[in-house]
Amino acid sequence: MSATRSPAAPFEEPWQAELFALTVALGEAGVFGWPDWTSAFGATLKTRGAARALDGGADYYAAWLETLEGLLDRAGSAPRAEAAAMRDRWAAAYLATPHGAPVRLSP
Amino acid sequence: MPHDHSHDDDHPHALLPPEPALRVKALQTILVGKGLVDPEAMEAILETYERKVGPHLGAQVVARAWVDPAFRGRLLADANAAMAELGIAGRQGEHVVAVENTAGTHNMVVCTLCSCYPWPLLGIPPAWYKSDAYRARAVREPRRVLAEFGVTLPEGTKVRVWDSTAEVRYLVVPMRPEGSEGLDLAALAALVTRDSMIGTGLAGAPA
Repeated sequence: MSATRSPAAPFEEPWQAELFALTVALGEAGVFGWPDWTSAFGATLKTRGAARALDGGADYYAAWLETLEGLLDRAGSAPRAEAAAMRDRWAAAYLATPHGAPVRLSP
Repeated sequence: MPHDHSHDDDHPHALLPPEPALRVKALQTILVGKGLVDPEAMEAILETYERKVGPHLGAQVVARAWVDPAFRGRLLADANAAMAELGIAGRQGEHVVAVENTAGTHNMVVCTLCSCYPWPLLGIPPAWYKSDAYRARAVREPRRVLAEFGVTLPEGTKVRVWDSTAEVRYLVVPMRPEGSEGLDLAALAALVTRDSMIGTGLAGAPA
């Protein structure tokens, strides 16, 4: 906790911004209610913070991602197995794409 | 490296993004594919929070409240309506409550549950607001936390800590600094720091 830390950019890494936008968009689309989100997120933070104090940076968004994955798994909108398979497809697509070319999922 | 390219380039293929980025991308692909989220809506949210929304909006509200007693009254009575007058709208229908600092009471905001925050007015919260240390200590020992932020209040000033929720987000209206009489709205807004609207700072003194 520091009063002198500069405000700088709102997100440290692009994925954090995408995660934030995805979550807000899902909330606005009514996929889950915002209070459901905050209570689930609060629970994750509590569990994770019990092991080690969170600094509010990367670990905060890691907890956010874990919460969203859990919510979407329970809701059946993105079951864990499906999400893991899609993650692998993206990883494969990155590894198979020449540097500089746009990365696309193979059909 | 698990690949077998003969390029001189260290990164013959597209760089593998960080693990969480892949997981976010995976969720996004699935949800867009199922029509549960609109990529354009996501883009609009990104654009808003990365470039448009930030503490400068909250500062406009505070500066207006300093110079316009009628606006100040409306802000304290119904912050969402007062914000709307300035063209600032909430996204999730969150209810914003403005709490005013006085010589007798200093207000400070925390979210002990997670990190609820008045996004439409202040943008994305700083890391310290989301840290366990702040979330745990703001309620327990607000004066010590304030001291760490360089804020020392007169002994007679009470500290009131507001715990945000999914439904209610707080905006602190800091006290108008002495010597700021006669400044225009833009100059006043420049004195209103982000931290002063969370209550971990005071509005700056005019240069």
